[in-house]
Amino acid sequence: MHELGIVFYIIRDVKEVAEQNGVSHVSKVVMNIGEVSTVVPEYLTDCWRWAADKEELLKGCELEVIVTDAVTVCNACGKEYPTVEHGKNCPFCGSTDTVLLRGNEVEIKEIEV
Amino acid sequence: MDGVRIIEIKKSVFENNEIDANNLRKELKSKGVYLLNLMSSPGSGKTTTLIRTINLIKDKLRLAVMEADIDSDVDAIKIKEATGVDSIQLHTGGMCHLDAEMTRQGLEGLPLEGLDLAILENVGNLVCPAEFDTGSCSNAMILSVPEGDDKPLKYPLMFSVCDTVIINKIDVMDYFDFDMERCRRNILSRNPKARIIPVSAKTGEGMEAVAQWLLEEVRLWKAQKA
Repeated sequence: MHELGIVFYIIRDVKEVAEQNGVSHVSKVVMNIGEVSTVVPEYLTDCWRWAADKEELLKGCELEVIVTDAVTVCNACGKEYPTVEHGKNCPFCGSTDTVLLRGNEVEIKEIEV
Repeated sequence: MDGVRIIEIKKSVFENNEIDANNLRKELKSKGVYLLNLMSSPGSGKTTTLIRTINLIKDKLRLAVMEADIDSDVDAIKIKEATGVDSIQLHTGGMCHLDAEMTRQGLEGLPLEGLDLAILENVGNLVCPAEFDTGSCSNAMILSVPEGDDKPLKYPLMFSVCDTVIINKIDVMDYFDFDMERCRRNILSRNPKARIIPVSAKTGEGMEAVAQWLLEEVRLWKAQKA
């Protein structure tokens, strides 16, 4: 259900871009999905197929998902580390004063027309 | 075959919603209506907690409630019958959350003139509602004892976006492996500034603190310059 809501947002944005560029059919949409974004790529592409085929502009349009790595930075020692492996605790100094740097994005990278 | 053309977009799918949410916040500020977004799992006692709270504060400010669910209007009717305040039901049409545009449309159904506080009871779900800014002035969530003290670890985003966490059903704590101190630590690891209020909406324990917190929030917000 969560992914379906996101699919509707993607469709809205793609329609807007298509209109601005005078595009009548989109063949591919490429997404950057962060590995800690809580979006499941398989569910997203399933929901996409169902919803996109209902739109003239997006019939048969492929959704490609690029999963981007999550990186956290430690405020205490300044080092960066992979979020999925270590979570909130810095593996270098043990501090929990850490901030997610990237990896929660749900972004439309580009479309092919 | 026609050549393929690539159009770069590089845009977050949440961007439009964030713009809508910020516009709604400005509009609410100009009207002097405080919007609270209340979230939780299904069955955490959100509606019962809300009824208790409303009955404690309804003589001190003017408020109304928006109930968001996938279907049915049982919650809106329950609130109206138990408190007498205006309550409307929003249907999300199968969606698991409300976004800023849906919230704005819902607010149109309330008598905003002269209103101090609008409470949005979001869809019962700890994942999606956390991702979509509704345009609210603050976010609160209800965690109930049977759900476990480790919920903040399992749903990190929900606990990092909430300013206030109400821990409900403390009257049954003896029957569950729920450690209040561990729960506090887990919540604060997600949001060090979170306000935590333990209550039992059933017995009424702690409910006075919820009422005080909400009255104070609205008072401070109204005192702030736009």
